[in-house]
Amino acid sequence: MAQMGAAIEQPVEHTALITGSEAIAVACKLADVDVITAYPIRPYDTVMQYVAKLVANGELDCEYIVAESEHSQFEIVKHASAVGARVFCGSSGVGWMYAFEALTVTPALRIPMVAMVGNRALDDPGAFGVEHNDALAVRDLGWQLVWVDTAQEALDTALIAYRVAEDRRVFLPCAISCDGAFLTHSQALVKIPPQETVDAFLPRYNRGDLLLHPDNPITVAPQANEDWLMEIRRQNAAAMERAHDVILEAYAQFERIFGRRYGNPFFEEYETADADVVLVGMGTLSTPVKVAIRQMRKEGKRVGFVRVRWFRPFAAVELARTLGRFAAVGIVDRDFSFGSPYLSGVLATEVRAAMYPAVRRPPLLSFICGLGGREVTVPDVRRMTDLVYQAADGKQQASTQWIGLRE
Amino acid sequence: MGRLFAVEIVYRGIFQKTLAKNISRTIVLAAHQEGKPGISFGRYGDSPERNGIPAKNFAIVATDDVTLEEGMAKYEPQEVDITIAVDDTLAKGVESWAWYGLQPINRLLKPGGTLIVTSKEPPETLIAMAHRKECPYRLAIVKGIPSFSGLWVYKDDHTDVRILGAIAKLLPELVSLESVQKAILAEWNDPLKVTSAARSYERISTVTVEPHQGNPEEPYRFELPKWWEMREGIAIPSIPRGGAIQDPESQAMGGYRPERNPTFKKFTTRTMRPVVDFETCIKCTLCWLQCPDSCFDVTPDGLYDANMEACCGCGVCEAVCPVPNCVTMVNEVAFCDNASQWEMWKKDKESYRKWLEQKIEHRPERSHGFRYRGQYEEQIPAMIESGGE
Repeated sequence: MAQMGAAIEQPVEHTALITGSEAIAVACKLADVDVITAYPIRPYDTVMQYVAKLVANGELDCEYIVAESEHSQFEIVKHASAVGARVFCGSSGVGWMYAFEALTVTPALRIPMVAMVGNRALDDPGAFGVEHNDALAVRDLGWQLVWVDTAQEALDTALIAYRVAEDRRVFLPCAISCDGAFLTHSQALVKIPPQETVDAFLPRYNRGDLLLHPDNPITVAPQANEDWLMEIRRQNAAAMERAHDVILEAYAQFERIFGRRYGNPFFEEYETADADVVLVGMGTLSTPVKVAIRQMRKEGKRVGFVRVRWFRPFAAVELARTLGRFAAVGIVDRDFSFGSPYLSGVLATEVRAAMYPAVRRPPLLSFICGLGGREVTVPDVRRMTDLVYQAADGKQQASTQWIGLRE
Repeated sequence: MGRLFAVEIVYRGIFQKTLAKNISRTIVLAAHQEGKPGISFGRYGDSPERNGIPAKNFAIVATDDVTLEEGMAKYEPQEVDITIAVDDTLAKGVESWAWYGLQPINRLLKPGGTLIVTSKEPPETLIAMAHRKECPYRLAIVKGIPSFSGLWVYKDDHTDVRILGAIAKLLPELVSLESVQKAILAEWNDPLKVTSAARSYERISTVTVEPHQGNPEEPYRFELPKWWEMREGIAIPSIPRGGAIQDPESQAMGGYRPERNPTFKKFTTRTMRPVVDFETCIKCTLCWLQCPDSCFDVTPDGLYDANMEACCGCGVCEAVCPVPNCVTMVNEVAFCDNASQWEMWKKDKESYRKWLEQKIEHRPERSHGFRYRGQYEEQIPAMIESGGE
């Protein structure tokens, strides 16, 4: 009987109705984060509210510091990470931009910070809605960038992000982008894994020989001149290169331990097996796109969707191989890159660059859409698909087109 | 392809920044009088806002624009026709902010090139200070004390134009005296400065320094690691802690010497060094405590020995020492090595006393800037006069 009483309860997963922001906060709790800094800006501030609640309820034991600005917010966690703390941080829009100096030094110092970007349009004009230009601004600096489209994926990706970022082969920060409103402020049913499962997946953060500690006397970030910079940058390039395989490993482990499958970590393919044409995009626009695809397929149009998750590292070879299968490709950017090649969006420019060495290069169209949080509607998606079909038929048209614009 | 000329001006950070820039600029402007294009620049990686740190300016001149491009977009040229040291203590070598290791003052000189030094010392003293070079070169001395013209002050003692006059004599293919004089007049509009340049032109002479002459020491070097050899995260290991040192007489271990960076020593920043009278030291610890470079080693007998590999020559120890004449700053040209004074004293106290007295007695005046109001007014006529000696 004693044995019965001591029987180990199987860890139980439970389901909660929470927003994407709350899912990230729950991930912080499950990852047992040591230091969290905050400074309010919508939509990221929902995360700090949920974290504060977890701390106040005694569910999360961490240093929770509300800084006086985003710049300090990111600097504080950078230093905490250097002394061995697992850290979390986040911001949105111009708040993220205000932290820019701290954002540049974080990957340079190989700090495995995990941050949430509640994607928001950059000022001016002040707008709350989603645009991806905030997170994309750091794309060249050594940040790993990942986009998610559901609260469940936000939670899971945050746990994966810690595992990847804190892997000694990587030691680079990771920003998880969550679209403002559609993800940060919308509650959905999320499976919350038991602590034991997370513990089995996520090892403790070990900074090793880079730990700032009296027992490991080192100087970090000295002044260095042209004799050193290239070697330092080359080290970071090697770390980002290694991140690709570490991400693959982490998703494989995640699937084994959690039993939830994401397939190819770098991009999700939806109805692509027999597709003639596809759209490519990131984040929550997957929802209207998938709805529209289901409609169009009923009408006999073989349309698919490729949702890019990891923007850095960018899985160029795999993506080029995949997109080469289709007759034409439309890339939907919830961002802009003024004056860029063919005046297109950031994702379109990257995809074009990735396609250049490919054997099969279908026509590419760039769509700018859903800026400032404007809804991407099902008719918008249908219109873009029609244009992509026309491109597949060889019809000449503008490389970049704005969709959902009053004109 | 035409001919490319390069002149290097080595100077002391902040104290001589403007002086070096003016010499460098006026070389280019003088060459321009003859239709030669040129550029003037400071070595970008230097940190000339730090007191006394060796830093460099360069004047690159060519006979035509295409040739000039060969000398452009570089931090420093591969070789120079002339190196100018506007402070004679720089003859001991240069460790700048911009690179690692000690560069001999004559390192960039072409075979047969000329080292111009402003000094009151005889050639023998300067030759002994400079490292040996594999090929002969010429040494020319412009007589005078190190000039001072930094961020806030321009002590117009004609050092600039006297060097320009010397260049016209030593390398007439670069600039003629006439072009130098035209450039001086255009820059300063001062006929007296033109005269000073001409006098220097007339009086400058050279001696040839042979490969067997000079400091035989191998300058300390530093090998830059490959990218995959470096620790990641811009993290560098600290210098380990120090430990006890040995008494050369009793062989007893004691005291404390901190470990120091073996490849970044900084002592070429020094223009004067402390000499210590160990007989009168009261072991008050003030020099050891106040030294901004932690250069004092604590000896097993509780004395304080200024380590000359680490001393930048700031003079704080002399200023804080409460015992009269216990610590005395002496011009760096009076010394030819970095040996420990305490060891010398331990081995032979009587000879040390004589050595100390002789160093202090003949210590040439040395300061950064001036010690009292009106000193410049006294020095400037003497310097201008020395141009006419």
